[in-house]
Amino acid sequence: MAKEFELNEVEVWDGNYAASQALRQAQVDVVAAYPITPSTPIVEGYGSYVANGYIDGEFVMVESEHGAMSGCVGASAAGGRVATATSSQGFALMTEVLYQASGMRLPIVLTVVNRALASPLNVRGDHSDMYLGRDSGWIQLDAFNPQEAYDLTLCAFRIGEHLDVRLPVMVHQDGFTTSHKAQNVTPLKDDVAYKFVGDYVPVNDMLDFSRPVTHGAQTEEDWHFEHKARQHKALMDSRTVIDEVLSEFKSLTGREYNRVESYYMEDAEVAIVALGSSVETAALAAKQLREEEGIKAGVVAPRCFRPFPYDLIRETLDRPTLKAVCCMDKSAPGGAMGALFNEVSAAAYTTASRPMITNYIYGLGGRDFAVEEAKRIFKEQKAHADAGHITTPIQQFSGVRGPRLGFFETRRG
Amino acid sequence: MIEIRWHSRAGQGAVTGAKGLGTVVATTGKQVQAYALYGSAKRGAAMNAYNRIDDKPITNQATKMFPDYVFVIDPALAFTDDITKNDKPTTQYIITTHLPKEELIAQIPALQDKTDRVFVVDCMQISLDTIGRAIPNTPILGAFMKVSKMYELDFFLENMKKVLSKFPQKIIDANMAAITRAYNEVK
Repeated sequence: MAKEFELNEVEVWDGNYAASQALRQAQVDVVAAYPITPSTPIVEGYGSYVANGYIDGEFVMVESEHGAMSGCVGASAAGGRVATATSSQGFALMTEVLYQASGMRLPIVLTVVNRALASPLNVRGDHSDMYLGRDSGWIQLDAFNPQEAYDLTLCAFRIGEHLDVRLPVMVHQDGFTTSHKAQNVTPLKDDVAYKFVGDYVPVNDMLDFSRPVTHGAQTEEDWHFEHKARQHKALMDSRTVIDEVLSEFKSLTGREYNRVESYYMEDAEVAIVALGSSVETAALAAKQLREEEGIKAGVVAPRCFRPFPYDLIRETLDRPTLKAVCCMDKSAPGGAMGALFNEVSAAAYTTASRPMITNYIYGLGGRDFAVEEAKRIFKEQKAHADAGHITTPIQQFSGVRGPRLGFFETRRG
Repeated sequence: MIEIRWHSRAGQGAVTGAKGLGTVVATTGKQVQAYALYGSAKRGAAMNAYNRIDDKPITNQATKMFPDYVFVIDPALAFTDDITKNDKPTTQYIITTHLPKEELIAQIPALQDKTDRVFVVDCMQISLDTIGRAIPNTPILGAFMKVSKMYELDFFLENMKKVLSKFPQKIIDANMAAITRAYNEVK
């Protein structure tokens, strides 16, 4: 029986420590891990909780991140509650097995501390790894601060393990900006947190010898498509369960989460759509611009990156006052528009208001995103709104040195 | 909102100091942030740590700040770092040095119009005398309590004891002595 961990009502935790405490409170049975900066302290924390008797679980040391996720797949198929953490190159090395985990419908929780992908080598935060996971069939939740990293990690177990979902879940937080920033965190007591997460309910577990099952079977053109279609449907349908779990979490804690978060959008004329810690900075900029200059600025943020919340993005953007929207991608798009721009544009295309939408690439390799820059971008959107057409290239770069970069133009109003 | 920027070398305990300050302040019901910019820094490399303190939840997640206080906890960094970066007309400086205040300011042009906002304390000597190592992070907080009048010294000492509770009693006592000396000696 695991010992109770003494917690204060308010702790000052960074995002890594917050996530590791959530893994402890969920009493994860197995963590197979190959630590990598900046997510190392999450699995380091789990290891110390096991060693000190705070978790009745097992820490499995492996030879690589490919091995880490493979170990998680094995332990999850065997019938345990399983989690791990990774970042960047480690995430990239895991990618092959991420698809196996989702295809096998194993509700593993992966806490991802977002970090840039090499080359050049970089340990700081951007969303390259998060974007790399977006077609992997995992649910992807996004935390903007340490409290949310804790809360959403607890919710992730409930969502992924729900019998109508049975899919793996990633909980993302920004490398260093969130993972290494200590802020006030209000944790739940151990028994309350565990009761919320609930006992793990195994499905088709391999250790149930009375009912032998096969995991990871091969299918060709005869059945593969049906498997993938069902898997996709499960991911799309998980929206209902995500909403239910977040709503239950609110009743328990008073902390409200939505698949799409919005700030000051009621009467907004211009908006930024972003992910991660920048959301909070942009929302602060919107508040200040409203007070200082009367610019009706708002912020929209997918809390749930996968399944992509087309429904709620449409609902949030479909308002007659909204004229110009800037989608901000913190990942090098590799010869395309940013992914958030593409997906938000597709959702907004079917709205009645159809705001003008532009794209900024920003923050690569941990480049700071300050309040002043968010204000400048809001004002640029205001200029589009006043002119009645997009006055800049559709894709631009924020905070990069060198000649000004921009791609594609339009005169559409 | 109070914003603090620490100028330190990796290994001098700025991150621990910033987190310790944040933990003490959070016990009084305030909201805090403690973070650093170090990445793959090596021991001895110049680095920054940061604190934000407010009555309301803090949502500014940018690294950049306009500090109300600048702590320089390594004597040489007062000369080599841009310690007045993004400062305000009210920014106060607490600098670790063995030099008298006037002599220090005479050598740093950026401080010469800010003499009434510069405070000096020899955290290196204090920590060597009390803790036995050049670990200037806790003494600078003693000096900060004096300059900012944020909390009474006794209240701060009591709460720092809790922050340091995982250390042996000898280390805790040495840190308390270091904080008290810096509180009394900062000028």
